[in-house]
Amino acid sequence: MKLIELRDICKTYYMGEITVPVLKGISLEVERGEMIALMGASGSGKSTLMNILGCLDRPSSGEFWFDGEEISKISNDARARIRNRKIGFVFQNFNLLARTSALDNVIMPLSYTADHLNEREMRKRGIDALRRLGLEDRMHHEPAKLSGGQQQRVAIARALVNKPPVIFADEPTGNLDSHTSDEVLRLFQELNEKEGMTIILVTHSEEVASHAKRSIHIHDGQILAGAFTHLKEVERGVA
Amino acid sequence: MKARRTLLTAFLAIRRNPLRSLLTTFGIVIGVAAVIAMMEIGNGSSSAIAKSFESMGANTIMVMPASTTNSGISQGTGSSMKLSPGDCDAIIKECPAVAAAAPVVRGRAQIIYGGKNWSPSYIYGSTPDFLKVREWSELEEGECFTDKDVMNSNKVCLLGKTIANELFEGESAIGKEIRVKNVTFRVVGVLKKKGANMMGMDQDDVLLVPWTTLKYRVSGSKLSTSASESSSSSTNSLSSIYPDASSLYPEKSSTQSADTLLFVRFANVDEITVAAKSQEDVSEAIKEIKGVLRERHRIKNGNEDDFSIRDMAEIIRTLSATTGLIKNLLLCVAMISLFVGGVGIMNIMLVSVTERTREIGLRMAVGARSSDILRQFLTEAVTLCLVGGAIGITLGHGSSYLVNFVLNWPVETSPGAIIAAILVSTGVGVIFGFYPAWKASKLDPIEALRYE
Repeated sequence: MKLIELRDICKTYYMGEITVPVLKGISLEVERGEMIALMGASGSGKSTLMNILGCLDRPSSGEFWFDGEEISKISNDARARIRNRKIGFVFQNFNLLARTSALDNVIMPLSYTADHLNEREMRKRGIDALRRLGLEDRMHHEPAKLSGGQQQRVAIARALVNKPPVIFADEPTGNLDSHTSDEVLRLFQELNEKEGMTIILVTHSEEVASHAKRSIHIHDGQILAGAFTHLKEVERGVA
Repeated sequence: MKARRTLLTAFLAIRRNPLRSLLTTFGIVIGVAAVIAMMEIGNGSSSAIAKSFESMGANTIMVMPASTTNSGISQGTGSSMKLSPGDCDAIIKECPAVAAAAPVVRGRAQIIYGGKNWSPSYIYGSTPDFLKVREWSELEEGECFTDKDVMNSNKVCLLGKTIANELFEGESAIGKEIRVKNVTFRVVGVLKKKGANMMGMDQDDVLLVPWTTLKYRVSGSKLSTSASESSSSSTNSLSSIYPDASSLYPEKSSTQSADTLLFVRFANVDEITVAAKSQEDVSEAIKEIKGVLRERHRIKNGNEDDFSIRDMAEIIRTLSATTGLIKNLLLCVAMISLFVGGVGIMNIMLVSVTERTREIGLRMAVGARSSDILRQFLTEAVTLCLVGGAIGITLGHGSSYLVNFVLNWPVETSPGAIIAAILVSTGVGVIFGFYPAWKASKLDPIEALRYE
């Protein structure tokens, strides 16, 4: 079964009299265990698509199947629940809470889920996630005392803590030097290959996209290439 | 989101900016501290004031016989003779709101000591309890006459300070003998100076003797007029009132009884003076006394009382109006300072929401619903207010005790004020924290995440 399936998704913004169509009929599929790069120049609708995929925004029309559910018209609270349980976010600027220990940052999403987790289990999950990223000795450090790469790893640990099937990484290496960028991208590859996690990288850099197995190119609100897995080879051939 | 986690998150958020949090709560701290200190000092002073009013007689109740009408001519208040010492005993025994009661017989006479004479403003015949009712138990010298003196109608007396000064001019009055209408009294004590009463009369110009002595040994105008009234309580011995007392007059033979026209003496008293346990108990005490006396006097429902009860209602009303005014003023000040404190909280919470827009966006992105955000910010505001309230209570309590220690002002711990302070600071947190929290919960996660 496909993890994500978009059918003719449109998104139009209304600014007074003017209507601005940003996404003009997007259809795409993502299988479980894929690692995908979502590429496009700024203004191409890449961010809007990312927001819709990440359940932060609602499409104006079209169908959005996520993990077997049609979720294009569900309520805000239901979308919050999906974000919490099924999606991990990694941001360009890390978005860690200042003056809050790495561990507290990591277990923060659990406080919005955990109807069945007590405080001790929450901390254990947080420590496990940090250990997986080799940060268990830094768990009581505040973000300001960590390097950029370490901060991004804390952010990834936070994305992993709820064991979601998919991780959205929005320019995850945008604020990192090339060495740590490589490190972080390898980490994503590892998660994808060893644990079968679906990873969607949003980027404008070919270099980053080269780590993914498939690239979806978006331009002017439409997908140029890479929307469907089975078309991949065909498109390559055509190009 | 569990309550404990919410609270923990609030504490974490507050701890992230300790100085600001402290300054934010300062309004609440000062407001609550002021309320607590003022309430404690205010309560202390108002009970001190109440005590001094009590010593002036604010909790005394006077029970007088009602007026009688003789051939259509009213005889004025106190002309009925229905009030007996037995009524007084019944009041003491049956009214729980009454602290003490004493029968009073009044007289008017000249006192003579050696070559000097003096007419006191008041001559009272009563029991030792009279001093308890008037809160006058401390004596300048000597001691009070006893219940035994009353039973035996002994010729002993207490002098007010004014009389002692007039007649004895500095020498001790104890053991000296004075004459009142040709009856010799031994002075057993001198009362402490009390000064003028609320009507400006000198309260120290008083001669106090056992009521039986005044009634039966000192002949007065009252006694001769009384003779015209017929009453079932007539007696010429005290045996019916005080069974153990010796009889005042030798038994008469039947011939003597037949020959002599007997002066009938009555055991009625002019007034019963009663002290309620406290000012608040006065009206309750009046109700109880009324019940007891109506029953003892066998007054049918619907018939008028044959006695009248008076208290210092006017004084009490003034007193409670004054303390009420002070309390309301304090409440106003408290409300204003808490309001100001609340505005401070709201201001900082609004700044905090703006400042933490990205954090809110992030929390929403990882799955916080708007109700979670609302609850989190509300909890934060209430926690701030409660912490401020707790500090304020400690500070207020401490400073009122400091005032007590340094200035020696009376203070009184007020649990009501503490509970009110806690409730009010919670309320302030909810009211002034709600708008910023609501604003935070309505943020759009996409906008919030992009906010710089």
